[in-house]
Amino acid sequence: MALKITSREVAGVSVLDLSGRITLGEGSVQLREAIRGLIGKGTKIILLNMGDVNYIDSSGLGELVSAFTTAKNQSAEVKLLNLTKKVHDLLQLTKLYTVFDIYDDEASAIASFKK
Amino acid sequence: MTNLVTESKTGRLSLRLNSTMESVDEVEAAAEKLAADAGLDEDERFHVAMAAREAAVNAVLHGNEYDPAKRIAASFENTGAALVITIADQGQGLDPERLPDPRAPENLLRGTGRGIFLIRSFMDEVHFKQLHPGTELTLVKHLAAGRKG
Repeated sequence: MALKITSREVAGVSVLDLSGRITLGEGSVQLREAIRGLIGKGTKIILLNMGDVNYIDSSGLGELVSAFTTAKNQSAEVKLLNLTKKVHDLLQLTKLYTVFDIYDDEASAIASFKK
Repeated sequence: MTNLVTESKTGRLSLRLNSTMESVDEVEAAAEKLAADAGLDEDERFHVAMAAREAAVNAVLHGNEYDPAKRIAASFENTGAALVITIADQGQGLDPERLPDPRAPENLLRGTGRGIFLIRSFMDEVHFKQLHPGTELTLVKHLAAGRKG
């Protein structure tokens, strides 16, 4: 299943709901374009809801990192929400868990941007 | 070039594939099936399939650079004692000793460089062989005694 991205706004935070696989090729490109599109429009706070991401490869992990650094370079923030066990374990294994702010519930994630 | 699939009398599946992302998907699917047929649990199947996918991506993207004139060769075998997957490209070659640790602080924010690390994390043995030209990776997952599938 290719990556599906839908966007919404909650309390001023741009939430991207991701579903499917973030892998080299179409999925990673879609994510990159979505993030850059938001940042290009001046969005400063982005929450990636990964509750339906059932697979991510090393390229997908790289794309998450690129999203983080791109945002940081533009004084924006990208945080992660609802990691599945597989994605959680991959972020732990690669030590990327230390890079991102990660949340299990949306309300807490949204509130964190306002601090 | 058309893809080629052969299966030996011992059940070893051999593929010769074009350097495309479709071929990467095919390698991943073959590895997933090999692991499932061997009776591995969900986590182990995921690890084997992902390791094979990462190796195939390396072969297609970094080794053959999507060159339509170059092929990747993959084989999948259950020896009874282990699952053995080989993936070879026709590229410039790879020195695994020179790969940086993606978990080192200075590399953590790099967008690339995690594929081989994941392969090594998920498989019990990983061997590199320089083919001149090209590189062949052999991925081995040991099977518990009495489990052949």
